[in-house]
Amino acid sequence: MTLTSDNKATNTQELITATIDGIQMQVPKGTLIIRAAEKMGTFVPRFCDHPSLAPVAACRMCLVEIEGMPKPQPSCAIPLTEGMVVKTQMTSKVAEDAQAGVMEFLLINHPLDCPVCDKGGECPLQNQAMTAGRTESRFEIEKRTFPKPLELSTEILLDRERCVECARCTRFSEEIAGDPFIELLERGAKQQVGIATDEPFNSYFSGNTVQICPVGALTSSAYRFRSRPFDLVSVKTTCEHCAAGCSLRTDYRRETVMRRLAWEDPEVNEDWNCDKGRFAFGYLKTNRLTQPKVRNLDGNQIDALWPDAVDIAAAGLANAQGKVAVLLGGRLTLEDAYAYSKFARVALGTNNIDFRNRDHSEEEQQFLGSAVAGNHNSVTYKELENAQNVILVSFEPEEESPIIFLRLRKAMQKGNLKVTAIAPYLSKGLEKLNAEVVATKPGEEGKVLSGIDIVENSIILIGERAAAIPGLLSVALEVSNKTQSKISWIPRRAGERGALEAGALPALLPGARPVADASARSEVAKVWGVSNSKIPSEPGLDHSQIIKAAINGELKALIIAGLDVLDAPDPKLFSEAINAVDFVITIGVQENSLTRYANVSLPVAPVTEKSGTFINWEGRPRPFGKAIGSTNALTDARVLSMIAESMDLDFGLQIIEDLRMELSELGIWNGSKLEKPQFESKEIVDFKNDNVILSTWHQLLDEGAMQVGEEHLAGTQKSSVAYLSEETAKQNNLTTGDLVTVLNTRGSITLPLEIIEMVNKVIWIPFNSKDSKVKQSLGAKEGDIMLIEKGKV
Amino acid sequence: MGLTPVLTAHWDEPKSFDIENYQKHAGYVALTNSLKMTPDEVIGVVKDSGLRGRGGAGFPTGLKWSFVPQNDGKPHYLVVNADESEPGACKDIPLMLANPHSLVEGVAIAAYAIRANHAFIYIRGEVPHAIRRVMNAVEQAYAQGLLGKNIKNSGFDLDVVVHTGAGAYICGEETALLDSLEGRRGQPRLKPPFPAVAGLYASPTVVNNAETLASVPSIILNGADWFKSMGTEKSPGFKLFAVSGHVKRPGIYEAALGTPMSELLDYAGGMKQGRDLKFWIPGGSSVPMLTPEHIDIPMTYEDLAAAGTMLGTGTPMMFDKTTSVVKAVSRWLEFYKHESCGKCTPCREGTYWITGVLEKFEHGVGKEHELELINDICGQIAGRSFCALGDAAATPFPGAMKYFASEFEEATRKPVDVSFPPERTKIFSTVGVM
Repeated sequence: MTLTSDNKATNTQELITATIDGIQMQVPKGTLIIRAAEKMGTFVPRFCDHPSLAPVAACRMCLVEIEGMPKPQPSCAIPLTEGMVVKTQMTSKVAEDAQAGVMEFLLINHPLDCPVCDKGGECPLQNQAMTAGRTESRFEIEKRTFPKPLELSTEILLDRERCVECARCTRFSEEIAGDPFIELLERGAKQQVGIATDEPFNSYFSGNTVQICPVGALTSSAYRFRSRPFDLVSVKTTCEHCAAGCSLRTDYRRETVMRRLAWEDPEVNEDWNCDKGRFAFGYLKTNRLTQPKVRNLDGNQIDALWPDAVDIAAAGLANAQGKVAVLLGGRLTLEDAYAYSKFARVALGTNNIDFRNRDHSEEEQQFLGSAVAGNHNSVTYKELENAQNVILVSFEPEEESPIIFLRLRKAMQKGNLKVTAIAPYLSKGLEKLNAEVVATKPGEEGKVLSGIDIVENSIILIGERAAAIPGLLSVALEVSNKTQSKISWIPRRAGERGALEAGALPALLPGARPVADASARSEVAKVWGVSNSKIPSEPGLDHSQIIKAAINGELKALIIAGLDVLDAPDPKLFSEAINAVDFVITIGVQENSLTRYANVSLPVAPVTEKSGTFINWEGRPRPFGKAIGSTNALTDARVLSMIAESMDLDFGLQIIEDLRMELSELGIWNGSKLEKPQFESKEIVDFKNDNVILSTWHQLLDEGAMQVGEEHLAGTQKSSVAYLSEETAKQNNLTTGDLVTVLNTRGSITLPLEIIEMVNKVIWIPFNSKDSKVKQSLGAKEGDIMLIEKGKV
Repeated sequence: MGLTPVLTAHWDEPKSFDIENYQKHAGYVALTNSLKMTPDEVIGVVKDSGLRGRGGAGFPTGLKWSFVPQNDGKPHYLVVNADESEPGACKDIPLMLANPHSLVEGVAIAAYAIRANHAFIYIRGEVPHAIRRVMNAVEQAYAQGLLGKNIKNSGFDLDVVVHTGAGAYICGEETALLDSLEGRRGQPRLKPPFPAVAGLYASPTVVNNAETLASVPSIILNGADWFKSMGTEKSPGFKLFAVSGHVKRPGIYEAALGTPMSELLDYAGGMKQGRDLKFWIPGGSSVPMLTPEHIDIPMTYEDLAAAGTMLGTGTPMMFDKTTSVVKAVSRWLEFYKHESCGKCTPCREGTYWITGVLEKFEHGVGKEHELELINDICGQIAGRSFCALGDAAATPFPGAMKYFASEFEEATRKPVDVSFPPERTKIFSTVGVM
């Protein structure tokens, strides 16, 4: 697990020649002995060494003999130099003895409780004790003991007796995550990892420490004592929680996912992932729909057989006679989103389809269609790592794309990156990136972006929140052109980029083809085997327009798939729309607040039970295979094929191979894309003293639908607070510790107030956290004008 | 050979620690002279003198100073290691009490030589009396323009900060000291980079022992040849020898390096109560012990190394025959266990293990094979730990076994307090005088 991949070798071209165990080799200058030995096939045992952490040479397990040096030396900390002659344990008694000595020391105070330890069976200490340890202990005095476990956070537990003090966890937290919540305390044999009083290990990346712990000292509350490694089946998967596209290892036993780990991928997530990706999979077992349901004549939902449910769905859609729209969430795979895109056009004859179940705009559609979809030259993680200047617009990396955060932090620590954030305040996450903040009111980002000096060849990262700010995306494209800076759009949800590429938008067909373009339509029609006229030439309605049309009685049926009304741009209007149409089909993994409105509810497979592809923010396909096979849950594409069949259509797409073949047949679109957006910014109108502008974004760990059923993880959420500047607080007679109420005509949110250094006349509250659900309580979006007043207890 | 009082020359005068008294004896003249020389010339004189570090390792001081890169655009720092904590070592603290200005002047000269404008004196936190004296001396020097801006119109600025440690032996290890000074947990750093390249605040830094720097003014004042006229070729100069233990007059005797222990013992009035010397350690518990047969070995770096031990801090501890070697070794190991920083496995776990086993021997229940075990453990620590502290911890036992194996064997049958009643070994005891 801690071996180095080839991709991590140093970039230096200069080669030096040295000898290890009598074998002469050439390696790039600067290569550590331990890595060079590994390359030639010799594993030098190690604990504190980790390829992604700076060497400390603390555990002394990797001692080797170097010619000309009187003492054995730590191979993890010494680079090979020209002519160096090294002997590892394979050829040197000195090295072998040194390693055996250290191993004996490491075991004297270790409880040797492998039979009950989570790590037993996959433990570097256990494994290396097999090669370097004694068969019988010479230790006859009393072992050091500690009470256990120590709760570092609700999620991470520490068993100090098992700890070998390698400091991988503390170094990870400080070097990689920038969250030094854990530290080594005390000294000598009493040395131990610990936290400060009342400061738990609430890092978004804390789970990585469990994974890199070379013993069973760190365990997660969620997995502790649940399983043995040798009972698990491991599958490589892709994380479904955000657009980062992390490779994961999913371990399951008897069709139940037991845990998830980061799977090393040097191009994407390197060795790490975030705690949401690691721990939030309880939803797979929570409120799962397993049986189709249909509404009978009495208006009650009853279980139905698949063929009946499919027929009823098909009949309902036929009845609606083209007055149908498709509303999607942002969590579908590329293949499933593509199936909806095709289904809307081929089976329903409409372009009324939108995957954006969040704040969106026509300007955004043009931005996506002109600059994002089909762009094969997008920014990559590697480019971020080597960038000199990155500008963040409407984007909070640690909260909204944590792996981008880690990569930016890595680049910052190398000393070559300057991060500039156009944001209302310097968040903790931005602080960890050493970012400079241009304090900006929501709504004025565009003005600020075009006003600041931007060095050529910078990278602009713009978040999905930008869609809520009129004119911002237009300005961002202009600035990007003018400064020859690449721009990259960072959606939050894993399926958004894929749905965009699949043409799940009213003005776009698959592959960035504009609906309005005749040759684009004919290319697609050819692959779909339908006549050109089958695809409507006019762009359809977007999400908000669909909702409005439904309320106005212009639509008769809705297909709603993979979304929760609570995430909608306006949950209240969404509910009205559902009530207004005659026929609703919901397709989803879990039962949610929408299911009960459905005339037909059809269950589909979650990511673990199907194959698919997510396209991450880079535009990089992240395919994954089926982890758990026996549930027979169907993909969305399969369900749509069945409905199409019932409508007497030759739809295809029964199996993933069909989908992938069709997608590759569609190929690349060489014609013109959507026009670039040219929207005006809106001036912020004058407002009264107790008015403020709303700023809000999702926190990584919050009340999100896919985090249900994970109490331990939920315990590490940030507490919900509202932020105001000192001046704005004063104007409203508020001070730190007061409750502040944010309200509009729809409702209100009351939170404890914290006064921080930030732009005036703005209030920041969490988007979807405990006690702060902006959409449900306020139906508002970033940039809206709100009232504030002192909150009542 | 005779005593060579330089640092101790005026300790018996009233207010010897006061700047007035110090200046009565040409105090700060060496600084004035140094400021008229170029920094490289100052380094040259110290190099010529052959002065070696008095903290234990004996590294040539002038050479250390010359390692600091010049014109690198970075600030340079001078750090004084006055964290004297070695069991048996007690020379820097008396020096700072009685003659703090020799240290302050030495600091100013050294800082000038290595182009540092900031110096830190890191003093062990448990000695507030010494800390007060040094702080007072620094204040007096500032008041007279001997520290601060534009010292003696030379254009040289120097600020001196007195910093107190928080009670960790490991902070006497120079890189741990730097971490501690930076406000971190004191643990040794991975080298390279060495402090001369990236020390305090990642800038070029020289760390010198207090006695080393206090010796510098006299070298500047009297010249390298004068210094070399004392001692031997490889161990030139004078040295504070702090003789302690079962001697009549424990104390500091300043003599040329090369003075044999027998002579130092005479100065100390010989063994207490006329008892025979049983064993002695030349320079702190970290160096292997010697026996009466070694009493005439000249106290130099090279001669003691040839005898299988080290000069160390030059603070001999003398033990008479009422002392249990087993108990002495056990106490030292307890100290190393308590002070192990915990960073590396051999020191952290090895000291835990050895002390546990030695305790059995103290109670007379050790097993014979466990002597070999302890020896193995020491071998598994020595040369494999992160810093020299581990090596130090692995020293006392093999050293003791070399000469007193039978005593450890006896401790497999008989508690050491029976073999060596503790009341007899107490320094002020008159019980059971033989």
